[in-house]
Amino acid sequence: MTFTLDRRTALRGAVNGMAVAIGLPLLDIFLDVNGEAMAATGAPVPVRFGTWFWGLGVNPPRWFPSKIGADYDLKEELAPIEPFKNKINILSDFTLPLDGKPNLPHISGGIGIRTGMAIASDRGLPGTSFDVSIGDVIGTRTRFRSLEISATGDPRNSLSGRGNGNLNPAEVSPAALYTRIFGPGFRDPNSASFTPDPAVLARRSVLSGVTEQRQAIESRLGASDRQRLDQYFTSLRQLEKQLDVQLTKPEPMQGCVVPGKVPELPVNAEIENVMRNHEIMADLLVMAMACDNTRVFNMNFNNGASSLTRIGSTITHHQLTHEEVLDNRLGYQPEATFFVNKCMEAWVYFIKALDAVKEGDRTLLDNTLVFAHSETEFAKFHTIDNIPMMTAGSGGGRVRTGLHIAGEGTPVSRVGLTLQQAMGVAVDRWGTESLETNKPLRELMI
Amino acid sequence: MTLTRFKRARGALLIAFALAACTAENTPQVAATEPWLAALKDPLGQIVAMRRLTEAQYRNSIADIFGPDITVAGRFEPIVRPVHELIATGAAASTISPAGLEQFDAMARNIALQVFAEENRAQFMACTPRDATAPDPDCAARVLVPIGRYLFRRPLTESEVAGYVKIAGDAVAPAGSFHKGLELALAAMLVSPNFLYVIESAEPDPTSPGNLRLDNYARAARLSFLLWNTTPNEALLQAAAEGRLTDQAELARVAERMVRSPRLEDGVRAFFADMLLFEKFDEMAKDQVVYPRFNGDVAAAMPEQMLRTIVDHLVARQGDYRELFTTRKTFINRALGPLYQTQVSASQGWVPLELDADDDRAGLLGQAGFLALYSHSGRSSPTLRGRAIRELLLCQPVPNPPGNVNFTAVQEVHSKAMPTARIRLDAHNTDPVCAACHKITDPLGLPLERFDGIGAFRPRENGAVIDTGGVFEGAAFQGNTGLGKAMAASKSTTECVAGRAFQYATGRVPEDEGALAGAIEQGFEADGYRIQALFLRVATMPEAYRITSGPIGSTTIAMMSPNRSKTGAKP
Repeated sequence: MTFTLDRRTALRGAVNGMAVAIGLPLLDIFLDVNGEAMAATGAPVPVRFGTWFWGLGVNPPRWFPSKIGADYDLKEELAPIEPFKNKINILSDFTLPLDGKPNLPHISGGIGIRTGMAIASDRGLPGTSFDVSIGDVIGTRTRFRSLEISATGDPRNSLSGRGNGNLNPAEVSPAALYTRIFGPGFRDPNSASFTPDPAVLARRSVLSGVTEQRQAIESRLGASDRQRLDQYFTSLRQLEKQLDVQLTKPEPMQGCVVPGKVPELPVNAEIENVMRNHEIMADLLVMAMACDNTRVFNMNFNNGASSLTRIGSTITHHQLTHEEVLDNRLGYQPEATFFVNKCMEAWVYFIKALDAVKEGDRTLLDNTLVFAHSETEFAKFHTIDNIPMMTAGSGGGRVRTGLHIAGEGTPVSRVGLTLQQAMGVAVDRWGTESLETNKPLRELMI
Repeated sequence: MTLTRFKRARGALLIAFALAACTAENTPQVAATEPWLAALKDPLGQIVAMRRLTEAQYRNSIADIFGPDITVAGRFEPIVRPVHELIATGAAASTISPAGLEQFDAMARNIALQVFAEENRAQFMACTPRDATAPDPDCAARVLVPIGRYLFRRPLTESEVAGYVKIAGDAVAPAGSFHKGLELALAAMLVSPNFLYVIESAEPDPTSPGNLRLDNYARAARLSFLLWNTTPNEALLQAAAEGRLTDQAELARVAERMVRSPRLEDGVRAFFADMLLFEKFDEMAKDQVVYPRFNGDVAAAMPEQMLRTIVDHLVARQGDYRELFTTRKTFINRALGPLYQTQVSASQGWVPLELDADDDRAGLLGQAGFLALYSHSGRSSPTLRGRAIRELLLCQPVPNPPGNVNFTAVQEVHSKAMPTARIRLDAHNTDPVCAACHKITDPLGLPLERFDGIGAFRPRENGAVIDTGGVFEGAAFQGNTGLGKAMAASKSTTECVAGRAFQYATGRVPEDEGALAGAIEQGFEADGYRIQALFLRVATMPEAYRITSGPIGSTTIAMMSPNRSKTGAKP
């Protein structure tokens, strides 16, 4: 069985045999006139969701805008986002009530935002992180349900998972990420011909065979282990879906350009390496989405208690936030702030890379909803109210952008609830104890 | 060593294959008289724990079953360590994420490809298929059943045999190759939860009505992974098949034989790598400007030196655990030479080194690996070192620092007014909130201050003489040598390793943790603090195999344990 779709065939079909459309980028013809659906099938252009995490917060007075609403002002540390301001929302003044549980430094904040739960002790994610819930809705039709990446070299640097203390490990090496996405399993969606790979077909049946063992094991299990086995079989189903996708002729994707191979590079927490590895992995991730190999991602620039180092400095970013003297003249810690600025620089690179890919009248960024957040407000004091958060992109026109929204002391779980609803998760109430909420951010919703 | 055992396992496989005759029937005929071909009947016992294979256990299993020349290429999803616990207890709560399974699948396909590649397959083929391009269920069963028994650490069930034979058969037509079918069936076994998890199943305990105990095959796996860090061999599977491992005397006999084997070294290495948080070495970074001598070779040699010292002292010499903190015997290689002011050539590899009697480096805590791991990237840290000693070697968790702390004093490493870490910490500790915890950690870390952030000796800091005085359990001492003696003299030291060994063996933290550790410690003392005796004890003690049933459908084993708060505050 061989499918063939020649670009010119598609072109002729789409424009009724007329001459090649002039003035349109060639591949725009794959989309309908509004750039919102694939011309060939009418399927909607995929909507993507992802998170971008940075550790150790900001210097609040130098970062948060003063003006609420549209056309917000940019302070020093947020100034780099200026070119993309209209596509970015700033979220401030939300709280993370702990209901008497201890504030576990660098842990309670990130986990609270992602799970809507205040954790009692450091045993990892207590419940499903909302990126996973969103992935269950929008991420099931691609080769990868989601891609997790960490630029600082630790695969445990991840806030994504289904709970029980386990997490989706992060990819740390640019070369390995390249192989995973664009290695042997990759099918170019714009390739003229498509032949389902018999080897993939055979593997697909192998995995079905493993699935068939489920009942035999489950009947022997107690409740807690059954839950863990469920997670295993969820992972197995995902693997099966990956293969199904590889057996289906992919939709042509306008923005998909298969990148060149990435060499082996040093992977560690030294800031210049981290910046470079983040850039390479951001580019690979952007192409993975442009080629519709994934629609969900979690990019972790640095970790919560940031282990970022700088050549010539004896201590890490994390230690600096605690140990460096507040410069009375400047009003902040200059060495620690160097890293805050690097984080924002990396964030802007990431947004820019997404925005550079055209999808019809829109860009990949427009068709994506990115949620960026940290795990503390001001790291020196481990404060977890008013943790800096942003969104970028409109998720294919599902949320408003260009706003500074103040939570006025309401629980931060409202943000997670809103993002899930925007991405089509059927949830009207989310979070536990004081973090339970049924009030999304109306300002964001269209 | 691996090879010896592998040959033994292989020998068993080959015998099985020689006995197996190929018939041309459509349904697999499995002779029950040949144990390696016998299938178990469903259902198997109740599952009481599922412990994910660690990377080392996976690699060792593959090497033992298929031979050391089969390469395992891939990245392993890390098992999350619960705070103040072992990876071994994390493994009992670990799931496999989509990304993790994707990797296990890739490794599985790669291993299966190698095993049934033309140049390797002969040793695994118990029979010749009638036609190399047609299905042959009988021959497929004869090949897959013995392999499955090794991989799942128990005979396959009848339905499993049928399932894998079907996978193999279905794949023959599209691939046009009988062997390709076997390859796919093997790949399926290698991603099965029955392989990726060590599944511990239980049976009613006749000595304690209403309660359960681990069954024979679960005991075989327990002994093997605990003592040798690998999959059960033929002898263990046989003992399990004959029901000998639920017999206390027989269990002790088998365990004793395993403890006497040189392969105990693998088990002891894995245990200490877990107890001492060796995964942190993967992330250890040192500042190149401050420590130009530090490089990748030095980083790789550090944990290896510690493990060599540990197994040489505890296993090869059968030394007293307490003397691990005072021993003057160690090993160095070329990379570590400069740190020890000794020249070693690359061709010599690792060479034994006996430290001088007046050298302050004696014992585990004077080793560069420990000193470097518990330092900052650009300077030493008495607090991190003291905390690691408390938490890892004495099992006394230390509270986290409070949020708002003024660290101004400690961070000025080039201060003329406060040239040493002790002086800087004293200034910092004028704050009583800080002093409370630093009193717990620093007196154990300051004696190590004559070793810098990568564990190199330094007589002075910023030109000032370093005071290496320390205090532990009320007694004052000087330097690392004094610290080592104080550690050796403390009951906490031996109780800690005894409790950890039980957790490592069972994958759980017992409810009555303190009492049990105390009881094991008493036996440990009676045995002269020999690690073999300790491992033998946790491998055979009935408590380790007993499962107390909770309400229907749940057991107390492998549950997420509640937050245990313990104060590390022992004056």
